[in-house]
Amino acid sequence: MPPSGIRGTRGGLFWFFAVLPLVLLGGLLWLMSRSGPAEAVMGEGYPPVEKLAFQRVELGPDGIVATVFNDGPDLVTVAQVQVDDAYWAFTADPAPAVAHLGQSTLTIPYPWVHGETHVVRVVTATGVTFDHEVSVAVETPRPNARFLGIFTLIGLYVGVIPVAFGLLWLPFVTRVGRAGVDFLLALTVGLLLFLLIEAGDDGLAAAALVPGSYQGVSLFVFGALAAFVGLEVVGVRLRERRQAAGGAEGGGWVLALLTATGIGAHNFGEGLAIGAAFALGEAALGTALIVGFTLHNTTEGLAIVAPLAGEPVRIGQLFGLGALGGGPTIIGAWVGGLVYSPVWSVLCLALGAGAIVQVVVQLARQATGGGSVLRHVATAPVASGLFTGVAVMYVTGLIVG
Amino acid sequence: MAQIRNHLVPKNRPWSRRAWLRLAGLGSLTGGVAAVSQVTAGEQRPPAVASMPDHLGSAMGPVGRVSTELFDPTRFLRAWNFSNLAADERARFYRETPRSNGTMLREYEIFAVDREVEIAPGVFFPAWTYNGQVPGPTIRATAGDQLRINFVNQGSHPHTLHFHGWHSPDMDGSLPAHQVLPDERFVYEFEADPFGLHLYHCHANPLKRHIHKGLYGAVIIDPPSETPRPPADELVMVLNAFDTNFDAENEVYAANTVASFYMQEPIRVKVGQLVRIYVVNLTEFDLVNSMHLHGMFFDVFRTGTTMVPSESTDTIMLCQGERAILETTFRYPGEFMFHAHQSEFAELGWMGLFRAEDQHAT
Repeated sequence: MPPSGIRGTRGGLFWFFAVLPLVLLGGLLWLMSRSGPAEAVMGEGYPPVEKLAFQRVELGPDGIVATVFNDGPDLVTVAQVQVDDAYWAFTADPAPAVAHLGQSTLTIPYPWVHGETHVVRVVTATGVTFDHEVSVAVETPRPNARFLGIFTLIGLYVGVIPVAFGLLWLPFVTRVGRAGVDFLLALTVGLLLFLLIEAGDDGLAAAALVPGSYQGVSLFVFGALAAFVGLEVVGVRLRERRQAAGGAEGGGWVLALLTATGIGAHNFGEGLAIGAAFALGEAALGTALIVGFTLHNTTEGLAIVAPLAGEPVRIGQLFGLGALGGGPTIIGAWVGGLVYSPVWSVLCLALGAGAIVQVVVQLARQATGGGSVLRHVATAPVASGLFTGVAVMYVTGLIVG
Repeated sequence: MAQIRNHLVPKNRPWSRRAWLRLAGLGSLTGGVAAVSQVTAGEQRPPAVASMPDHLGSAMGPVGRVSTELFDPTRFLRAWNFSNLAADERARFYRETPRSNGTMLREYEIFAVDREVEIAPGVFFPAWTYNGQVPGPTIRATAGDQLRINFVNQGSHPHTLHFHGWHSPDMDGSLPAHQVLPDERFVYEFEADPFGLHLYHCHANPLKRHIHKGLYGAVIIDPPSETPRPPADELVMVLNAFDTNFDAENEVYAANTVASFYMQEPIRVKVGQLVRIYVVNLTEFDLVNSMHLHGMFFDVFRTGTTMVPSESTDTIMLCQGERAILETTFRYPGEFMFHAHQSEFAELGWMGLFRAEDQHAT
C-alpha cells in the first residue's frame, strides 16, 4: 500500500513522482547519444543505411521536378541524377544532402517526351540508386483555372451529379412501405460494406507506398478509428440537439446527414485518387471508368435518402445532403491533382473507411430499433437488400473492368 | 471503383496505347465544356506545350567536378612507369637497371589497397586498387626487357597480378595457389614479350568482382629499339565502368574512371602532330565497349602486335580484355568529341573531347 502522503495530497512529492521517470529517461537518452551503443557494436566504417523515397514527380515545360524524401536513419546525399540512363544536370532545393525525414526538390531540365515512359534515377554519394518510373509522361496540371475546371468537371460527373440523381429516389422511398424501407436500408448497408472493403484494400495498398517512417498501415487503421469515433460523437450531439428541440423526431435526418458525411469522406478519397492519377502521369482514366464511377455513385444517393423514408424533408436540405455527399469529390480531385502525396491518400481513405463503418453501425441501429441484428438480417427484405447492395456494386465494378 | 487501387499504386504499370486512347475519350467527354486538351478521341497529337528546357546541351552530363588530388585523369593519360611522380618519390616504386645484352631490368613496387575513388562528382566507389588508383599504374617496357614486379597485398581480400603476355605458369597469378593473401607478398618476373598493348588485372576469385572493383591496368611493350614506332603524342585510355549499387549493371562508364571528365577538361593535342592512343577495354558486365572519334579517322593496330595497321576507321569495337593502338593526326583545330558508340555508355559518362590547337599556339 502506498504511503498516504502521496495518495492523499498533490504536493511537491506528487509532482516529483510524476516527473521522475521522465527525467531518468532523458538522462538515459543523453547517455545513449554520448556513448553510441549501436556504433560500438558495428564498429567504424559501417556502411550508412540509405533510403530515399520519391514523393511527387511533376513534368513541365522546364523538365522534371521530383521531390525525394529521406526515409532512412542516415543522411543521404544526392550526388548525381540520371534520366533514362543518362547523367543529367539538376539543382536541389534546399540542398542535395537530405537528413532523416527531410526532403529535397530536384529540378532536372530534361526534354521528356509526351506519352512515353521515363525513369528518373538518383545516384547517392555512396553509389546507391533510387528509381522512379513515370509510366506515361504528360504535363502535370498546374494550379490554373483550366485544370481546376477539368477537375471540377470530373468531380461533377463522378460525385455530385450521380448522388443528386440518387436523391431523386426520395419520393419513391417515402411511399414504399415498411418492408420496402427495410429492403432499401439493407441495400444501403450492402453498398457501404462493399465500399468499406474497397477502401480497406485501396488504403492498405496506398499504405505500402508511403515511406516507412510514416507507418502507413497504422496511419490507415487509426485514421479510420478516429473517423469512426469522431462521427459517433457528432452523431450523439446532433441527436441530443434534435431531441431537445423537437422531441423524438429527426432520427432519420441525423442518420441521413451522417450517411452523407461518410459518403462525402469516401468520395473525397475517390476524387483524390482521380486527381492523383493525373498528377502521377497515370492518367489512364477512360470514359468507361468515368461511366462506372457514375453508376456506382448513383447508388450512394439512394443510401443517403433511404433513412429519410416517412420524414418531412425540405428541398434545401436535400441539396445540402447532395453537396455533402458528392461535393468532396471535386475538392478531392483538386487536392489530388495539385498537391498529391501518398500520405494524404492513406489518411483520406482511412477517414472514408471509418466514416463508412460508423454509418453502417448507425443504419443497423435504426433498422433494428435496438433489437437483435442477426434476427433482423434473417428477414426476407433485409437479406435480399444486403445481397442486392453487394451485387450491384460488384456488377458495376465488373462492367468497368 | 475497383480501379482506384490502380491509380493509388503507381507501380511500373505498362499502360498500353489503348489505355492511353481511353484517356483521349475522357478528353472528348470533358472537352465540350472546357478547353481540356489537344488530345481528341481516336487520334493522338502531341500537346502544344512541349518540354524544351533552355540550354539542353549543357544540361547533359554529371553535375559538378571531381577532386583530382588523389587521381588526375589528365596526368594519367601521359604517365607510365610512375613518370607522374617526382624523381625521389618515383624511385620508391620504379627502378631500371641496364643489362649486359642492351635490355633493361625494370622493377616495380605494386601494392593492392582498398580505397574509395570518386568516379563522378560526389559519387564515391569503394574500390580495390593497385597503388591507390583506378586504373592501376601503367607499366611500360621495351620488348626483351626483364620485368620484376614486387607485389604486396595491403587489401582486405586475397589478390593477384595476372599479366597478359608470355610467361611461365607459376607467374600467371590465376590459380587458387597463386592468390596472395592480405599482408603477404609475391614477386612476378618475366620477359616483356611480345611487343604490343597488353593489360594486367587481379585474377583472384570471384573474378568478376575483383576486376570490376578496380584491380586492372595497362601494359605497353614497345617494339625492339631498332624498329621503334614513330614519335607521337601518346595517350593511355583504359575503358572502364563501375557498378555502384552492385546489381551487375554499371552506373558509371568512363575512359580512365571519371565520368565525363574529358568533357570538362578536354585532352589538348596539336594539329599536325601524330597522336597515338593506347586503348584497353576493362569494362565488366557489358559484352563489348567501343570508341568513336568525331570528324576524323584513325589507323588501328589491334593488340599492337604488328607495325602495319589492320584497318582505318572512326569506330572500333573491343571485347573485354581486348585492346588496340590507334594512330591519327588532327587536321583541324577545335574540339572533337570521342565516346563509346553505345549511346547508353556515352550518356553514363564515357564521353570526352579533344581540343586540337595549332602547333605554334602555347
